[in-house]
Amino acid sequence: MVETAMPIWEVFIRPRSGLPHRHCGSVHAPDATLALQAARDVYTRRGESVSIWVVPSAAIIASDPNDKDQLFEPTSTKVYRHPTFYDIPDEVGHM
Amino acid sequence: MSRAEAQQAIALGDDALVLGHRLSQWSSRAPTLEEDIALSNLALDLIGQARLFYTLAGEMEGEGRSEDDFAYFRDASAFRNVILVELPNGDFAQTMMRQLLFAAFMHPYFAATAEHATHAGFRDIAAKAVKEMAYHVRHAGDWVIRLGDGTAASHRRTRAALDALWPATGELFEMDADETALAASGVVPDRATLHAPWQATLDRVLGEAGLARPDGDAHTLTGGRRGAHTAHLAPMLEDMQSLARAHPGATW
Repeated sequence: MVETAMPIWEVFIRPRSGLPHRHCGSVHAPDATLALQAARDVYTRRGESVSIWVVPSAAIIASDPNDKDQLFEPTSTKVYRHPTFYDIPDEVGHM
Repeated sequence: MSRAEAQQAIALGDDALVLGHRLSQWSSRAPTLEEDIALSNLALDLIGQARLFYTLAGEMEGEGRSEDDFAYFRDASAFRNVILVELPNGDFAQTMMRQLLFAAFMHPYFAATAEHATHAGFRDIAAKAVKEMAYHVRHAGDWVIRLGDGTAASHRRTRAALDALWPATGELFEMDADETALAASGVVPDRATLHAPWQATLDRVLGEAGLARPDGDAHTLTGGRRGAHTAHLAPMLEDMQSLARAHPGATW
């Protein structure tokens, strides 16, 4: 019997706190319906979630790790992009 | 009446505990990690229901029996679960088919109990359990559809599972004199009224799975409610009860 590998799905859950969906891991499942159930069973066992997204891993376009120097290194010398050079008036309170 | 009510709670607890333990036997052996966790989740739903029913039964009896007394210190002949839930796991198709056949009955059973039962104890447990059984129907049904409508091998195994389990489904609808009286007074649902929703769920799933509902006798594997079990139950209980009996009162 030929065993075909089950597709992998990336799982995003939206926590109860109202924050946006966040990537939390991946599951194997033969199709989208069962991927949602697998995600529910694996990642929401402790009442974490109010919503689940699953996305075929193959649909995600990822950056090439070999490109990290050209993609990310140039930002290391641009500290002025960090919002640490402003004096925040006391009246604004905690930001 | 309270004795009959306690017996009813014990029977419902036994159904849930025995099937829950059967499912837990898949732990570390399921086809995939995801399904391993899914089966444990289903098992824990059922074991949680069993605990509630045993606690309720103990209160109704008023003889001080705890959930552990019911679960660990009764022998097979004292268990009142239907035969369906004690049958071995078989292959994955058989486990999923058994889950579908049971959950497709228990979902409307708990829905009716949550809505109409005159006894708050049964009503409260049912209100929690009905959501769990809805998921069991969905998960087991989705697998039965994919296995039935899958490869030639998965179709053959799913067909065989349905044929093997079908003779045990009739017992889900059996009611003895006590349960009939309880149903008449609105404490529990009349099981006969649940045949239509059970069959509707099955027909939908089996239709999508490309499997015909068997027309054979559904009542040949019966007797569990009277304590007349198959040879499969005692070894399962022996395994499940061994630790509690070797170390009574042990906690962790």
